[in-house]
Amino acid sequence: MIRNLLLGFSVLALADTAEADWALNMPKGVTELSLETYNLHMMVFWWCVAIGVAVFTVMIISLFRHRKSKGAQAATFSHSTTAEVIWTTIPVVILVLMAVPTAETMVRMEDSRNPDMTIVVTAHQWKWHYKYQDSNIEYYSSLARSSVEARRKGTDIDPYSVENYLLDVDNPVVVPSGAKIRLLFTSNDVIHAWWVKDLSIKKDAIPGIVNEAWFKTEQVGTYRGQCAELCGKDHGYMPIVVEVVEPEAYQAWVNSHDAGH
Amino acid sequence: MTRGIKKMTTEVMDAHDMHDDHSPAKGIKRWLFSTSHKDIGTMYLVLSLIMFFVGGAMAMIIRSELAIPGLQFVHPEFFNQMTTMHALIMVFGAVMPAFVGLANWMIPLMIGAPDMALPRMNNWSFWILPVAFGLLASTLFMPGGAPAGGWTMYPPLVLQTGDAFPFLIFSVHLLGLSSIMGAINIIVTVINMRAPDMSLLKMPMFVWTWLITAYLLIAVMPVFAGAVTMLLTDQFFGTSFFLAAGGGDPVMFQHIFWFFGHPEVYIMILPAFGVVSEIIPTFSRKPLFGHDSMVYAASCIAFLSFIVWAHHMFTVGMPLTSQLFFMFATMLIAVPTGVKIFNWVATMWRGSMTFETPMLFSLAFVFLFTIGGFSGLMLAIAPADIQYQDTYFVVAHFHYTLVPGSVFAIMAGTYYWLPKWTGHMYNETLGKVHFWTSTFFVNLTFFPMHFLGLAGMPRRIPDYSTQFADFNTMASVGAIGFGVSQLLFVWVLLTSKKGTKVTAEVWDKPPGLEWTVPSPAPYHTFETPPKLSDADGFH
Amino acid sequence: MPEKNAHRSLVGQLLILTVAMFGFGFLLVPLYDVFCEITGFGGRTNPEAAVVAEAPDLTREVRIEFVTTVNSYAQFEFAANADSMTVSPGKMYYATFTAKNLAGEHKIAQAVPSVAPSGAAEHFTKIECFCFTSQEFAASEERAMPLQFIVNPELPDYIDTITLQYTFFDTAPVAAVLEN
Ligand SMILES: [Cu+2]
Ligand SMILES: [Cu+2]
Repeated sequence: MIRNLLLGFSVLALADTAEADWALNMPKGVTELSLETYNLHMMVFWWCVAIGVAVFTVMIISLFRHRKSKGAQAATFSHSTTAEVIWTTIPVVILVLMAVPTAETMVRMEDSRNPDMTIVVTAHQWKWHYKYQDSNIEYYSSLARSSVEARRKGTDIDPYSVENYLLDVDNPVVVPSGAKIRLLFTSNDVIHAWWVKDLSIKKDAIPGIVNEAWFKTEQVGTYRGQCAELCGKDHGYMPIVVEVVEPEAYQAWVNSHDAGH
Repeated sequence: MTRGIKKMTTEVMDAHDMHDDHSPAKGIKRWLFSTSHKDIGTMYLVLSLIMFFVGGAMAMIIRSELAIPGLQFVHPEFFNQMTTMHALIMVFGAVMPAFVGLANWMIPLMIGAPDMALPRMNNWSFWILPVAFGLLASTLFMPGGAPAGGWTMYPPLVLQTGDAFPFLIFSVHLLGLSSIMGAINIIVTVINMRAPDMSLLKMPMFVWTWLITAYLLIAVMPVFAGAVTMLLTDQFFGTSFFLAAGGGDPVMFQHIFWFFGHPEVYIMILPAFGVVSEIIPTFSRKPLFGHDSMVYAASCIAFLSFIVWAHHMFTVGMPLTSQLFFMFATMLIAVPTGVKIFNWVATMWRGSMTFETPMLFSLAFVFLFTIGGFSGLMLAIAPADIQYQDTYFVVAHFHYTLVPGSVFAIMAGTYYWLPKWTGHMYNETLGKVHFWTSTFFVNLTFFPMHFLGLAGMPRRIPDYSTQFADFNTMASVGAIGFGVSQLLFVWVLLTSKKGTKVTAEVWDKPPGLEWTVPSPAPYHTFETPPKLSDADGFH
Repeated sequence: MPEKNAHRSLVGQLLILTVAMFGFGFLLVPLYDVFCEITGFGGRTNPEAAVVAEAPDLTREVRIEFVTTVNSYAQFEFAANADSMTVSPGKMYYATFTAKNLAGEHKIAQAVPSVAPSGAAEHFTKIECFCFTSQEFAASEERAMPLQFIVNPELPDYIDTITLQYTFFDTAPVAAVLEN
């Protein structure tokens, strides 16, 4: 048990420093806020490790030293006000130390001022609909064909032979790098949740309600996510793909889209 | 010396009682109409064990499907039915009845009462359960299948349930009714039937934590019943409490549900705190450290549990101030929980420890529940929670608190009190083997889930991207191993009467009145209230 | 027997508590509504006409964006006549929406409003809105529907854009469709 824990901790610690492919930890992501979120996650994690090491060390020492087979005689004490005051106040102090930076990040997350563009995301059982508010681009985004065939029960297709199995879509969201993108979420049927971990966004899409989130990243790339709120039988099959491209490439995409309609 | 004589007299009196018309009825009638807290306690525990295996079998189906990427065994609809039913059965069928069973058996013995205060209600509250689970299980064979919208029953999804829907609601009503009746019984017993010189603060921790739990049950079970009733009327009677189209709000259900749901998690853990608070002192040969602060900490946790519910909802879109409030309140729970853990460690410190099976399970509880507590603290941090929410990180978190948490405590309590129930010592070697295999496999199952969640695997999905394969395989192997280990538990229980006979005390001077009655505990105990001075652990 | 009486009175009290908590569950519905309207929880705005005195703060500009969603079970077209407008807090504004019944029969529709970010909801007050009541449409009827609103000057500084979304539901089929 103890070994398992130590193994787990060391593996997680390793992942932090080594950035292994073998995804073990929360990604740092590609936005300022995703990095802040990652840092908060690691801060609390290390506090937990520190407290865990302290408590478990005392416990383990006790388990080895204060055993009857070693002739330990039981003491009779059953309370100590000093000790109890100490182990009530120290955790309070630690909690305050955690709470302050967390609250600061939360304030920044709420600051959706001056967006460069807005996309309305409407969830359906079981696909996403994207509408670019400032242009007339709108389309559905569903699980890519390659995965649709491989996901069937009893199929011969090996999931390993499918690139980005269950994480690829027919029509990705395309956005320009360096722009502040505001997303509005709502749903057509049941509750879904739009989650892309590298953007550190997870927001519920709820019928009759509009929710808001935003991101801004300089890093061009493809970022994948999934629906995160149980939404019926194909809940596992409504992935999200966000492609962040250079502004010129984005403009070209917009133009081609207009031409296509 | 005096204690020996007192014990003999109770023994003689009980032996005498056995011969009059208060002795148990024969055959099935004994169980159907039983009003004895011991028989009813046994029935609760047996039911809980059966449900543990039913829910466990569903977990095996889930883990088999998830062992490798691709869909091998079940369709997604059925997978969702399995996750939903697994949760409902484990929460309401395995964990809660097990603690009620332990309460039935032990609370009267621990407070020196002859039985529960309301024996007939006790019988009803038990027999409602098999009916409720019969109803729930029957939904598996209905058109549209069993409920598949998750145990959290969020609308509008839950309203898409097929014919099973009214049965789901009705069985939840019955489960709630049973819990409330059990809770009322426990409160009345504890408040009115304690041995004359047992003041409230002298009560053993198990009794204390159950008293608090019983109040929590009465406070939140009716709210839960109300919430599911509203689902029912939304579906069949044209109301729109939760339907956006009719002016309702689907998010409101989540608020009401978690107003019940968060206290519910403490309903499943406070009695576990009580059990290990009984066991650790016995095997440390030292009184429980900070008994009174343990009571205050448990009360504090119970109070806080009412004002933190929206930490399950950081992604629904709450104003900043609400998010901050729920985050701070949730973080605060770490303080009283920490007090409990520190107190257990302080109880062991400079004790004279031995490591019988109940102690091993309790120690694993302290270690592994603490891990679950840490991930709970991480989940309280709202921005990080946005990344954790609805992923395997959450699955890992609550399974750490429920399996090596609640379930290990139930097993610890079972091993601890089993000789008192049967009069024989169970097979200690097999008990230890059961402990080590369970502990190894529980970690193999649930620890990798932390990584899966952090790496981005959502929960409640029947198939996943290939990058998640290794840890899923590991978890599935662990789950099968954990399942098989529990067969050993059943074997130990079934053969427990073959062991050597035990004394009334069973262990080395354990504290508490339950050890002053003979083993096995006779059908009638404490017909005349005992004196606290008869037992160890009161001073 | 004194013990029996003690049991009875305690059971009585606990039963009262149980019933009270069951009632409290239902009481949470109106409480939640009140709470939402006060705090803007869940993007909730006022469900009835409000009377607000104008106190324009012309130094500040807030962008109002209108988002319209037609539930896929509703055979309607529904859109804002202008996608957005710029307003000053404390001043009254009008906006118009147009809805068209695409079905060849009489329909009753309900527009459900929601505001994002959720911190803005309590500061967005509707004076007059087609969403206060359900709307009847004759077959193929097309109609303009007015909204009159005011943004409270206490709107927090970190908000410069308010999204007002309406989801347009056909009130009849939703319940029926959900059963499928
Ligand atoms: Cu979904
Ligand atoms: Cu909670």
